[in-house]
Amino acid sequence: MSCCGASPDFPEIDEVSRLVSTKLAAFLRTLRDNGFAVGLAEGQDAASLMASGYAAKPSLLRSALKHLFSARKSDWEKFDGLFDAFWLGKRVRSRSLTIGAAKAANSPSMKSLQDTSAERGNSQSAIDQVPSAGDAPEGQTGEGRMEGASRADNLAEVDFRKLADPEQVAQAHDAAARLAKAMRTRLTRRDLARRRGYRLDLRRTIHRNISHGGVPIALVKRQRKDKPLRLVVLLDASGSMSLYTSVFLRFIHGVLDEFRQAEAFLFHTRLAYISDAMKEKDAARALDRLSLLAQGAGGGTKIGESLKTFNRWHAARVIHSRTCVMIVSDGYETGDAALLGREMAALARRCRRIVWLNPMMAWDGYAPVAAGIKAALPHVDLYAPANTLQSLTALEPYLAKL
Amino acid sequence: MKDREQIARALAASGYIADGELATAIALMQRLRRPLLLEGEAGVGKTEVAKALASVHKTELIRLQCYEGLDQSSALYEWNYQRQLLAIQAHHGSEADAIEDQIFSEKYLLERPLLAAIRRATSPVLLIDEIDRADDEFEAFLLELLSDFQVSIPELGTIVATTIPHVVLTSNGTRELSDALRRRCLYHYVDYPDVDREARIIMVRTSGASASLSLQIAQMVESIRKEELRKVPGVAETLDWAAALVGLDVRDLHDDPDAVHETLMCLLKTREDKARLTREVSERLLGKVA
Repeated sequence: MSCCGASPDFPEIDEVSRLVSTKLAAFLRTLRDNGFAVGLAEGQDAASLMASGYAAKPSLLRSALKHLFSARKSDWEKFDGLFDAFWLGKRVRSRSLTIGAAKAANSPSMKSLQDTSAERGNSQSAIDQVPSAGDAPEGQTGEGRMEGASRADNLAEVDFRKLADPEQVAQAHDAAARLAKAMRTRLTRRDLARRRGYRLDLRRTIHRNISHGGVPIALVKRQRKDKPLRLVVLLDASGSMSLYTSVFLRFIHGVLDEFRQAEAFLFHTRLAYISDAMKEKDAARALDRLSLLAQGAGGGTKIGESLKTFNRWHAARVIHSRTCVMIVSDGYETGDAALLGREMAALARRCRRIVWLNPMMAWDGYAPVAAGIKAALPHVDLYAPANTLQSLTALEPYLAKL
Repeated sequence: MKDREQIARALAASGYIADGELATAIALMQRLRRPLLLEGEAGVGKTEVAKALASVHKTELIRLQCYEGLDQSSALYEWNYQRQLLAIQAHHGSEADAIEDQIFSEKYLLERPLLAAIRRATSPVLLIDEIDRADDEFEAFLLELLSDFQVSIPELGTIVATTIPHVVLTSNGTRELSDALRRRCLYHYVDYPDVDREARIIMVRTSGASASLSLQIAQMVESIRKEELRKVPGVAETLDWAAALVGLDVRDLHDDPDAVHETLMCLLKTREDKARLTREVSERLLGKVA
């Protein structure tokens, strides 16, 4: 290493390299805390890079390690900050010969790193971090996770209106993501089981029958791959829905993350396409981008108008033969109810299923008497309440049958 | 590092205007023998990186375009069934073993990109384009190939790589890639070039584009990218636009706002985007260009 003296003895080199590798191990741990997926192989490669001169300049080492340790765009973006905080924030020159990994973890600057990591806790690391974020020490993550799971159960019973606590909201998001994941696996497995050949595969038939001298005795059929289910969510963001909007947005974020094919739209008095904005990995940033798109949210609702826009401009692109459209709305239409009925009919002709989720349905004494919902209901395949996470989970078997 | 500087020079010589960190990535690829995973928006020049890499190493580029349903027989190898059948008919009557030995020999093997890439005399660049379009199963299979660099063909035995190719994977984010594959690779995020770099790219790629026009085009594209668009124009679109402007003999964007607005179709590829960038907007953006 460049910090060594001119001609050190061999034991000293061993000593220095041992300390450097301890320090490197601490850095790897910092990265893992921040959601990086780095393993032993990466650590070894990093050590060999440092040994071969990449450690001569911080900027060079940073660039090299960035390529090595990052695995996705979010990693790529936060790596520089982490590197600078770890290696440069503590003044590299006094890169200290006495600090081992265990000590480093308790030193103030490491602490601050860990704090920021907890703050940044994004969707990937949230699963582990949120439940154990309280006072559980690091060694007890197993217990922390169990506690988190039981808390999630409680949460499943709570009406969304009562979800104000940010931590609970994060758990709601987490649960939504889990639900979306469960839906997806069910669906793909079903796809595989249903495969059936319908066309002759000439090439493979010849191959199969080489042993008969080329006489086609055993036929090979070609199987068409099933299209995966596509979920299109239309979320009502009007004033009457404001209590539920943010939770459903998080649910949509989970859906877009987990489904192979999903699209999302937001509507109030007009329709906005939000899939691109919501594809941000970081839920908070997605919501920021969204708030720009959704100006005018929280006002009246023109469901019919919005559906008309959807049918005219988006339906051809986002709807295919295995599409389920999920409308999340309370059905309080301020526009023309007859128009809503017509557009619902047009939509029903296009897609496989329409699910209408109504958060108000679970309220005591609710009946679908609003003109809007009355006009829409004949075209809806499933009309269900959606005010708790449990009611969303109840949809899973229905979607799996699609 | 010496090899890094060499690579940076070679990249520049090949006509690829790289950002600073790409040279490091390529140097690491060589040193650590890891594949390079490139991610970025469509049209930022991910595929170009592989082409530049091939010209840096002065070697062949073998490309495998991924798509849904891509399988082993179109990615790795396949037997030439027709020829095998012909051979069976032609040698009718000879020993069964002899025929079998003959029809399952190299001569009847069709090389597909992955097999071709490990059997070259000099290491080629293997570009696995849009890996996110392939299925999960193919990704798992690829992972195995990329770690062992050997292929077993039941009828022929195991084929060990004669040379290890330089592997470049690109992804557009159609599907989330597995963590295993990501960990195996070096990662480089290709971003839209900044104004300066884009201007240089235009100058290198478009004959007849002067330095001042290139800079103006780059500035204009930069500000168009900041508008809320469905499809943000990539470098390829910029080059199309530059070629169109040069073709119309535009020397300075301010001279001919009409031509500028009318040729914007080179950049805007959806109806909504076209509607959003009205005459007023394009003139406002043009006003900001130096």
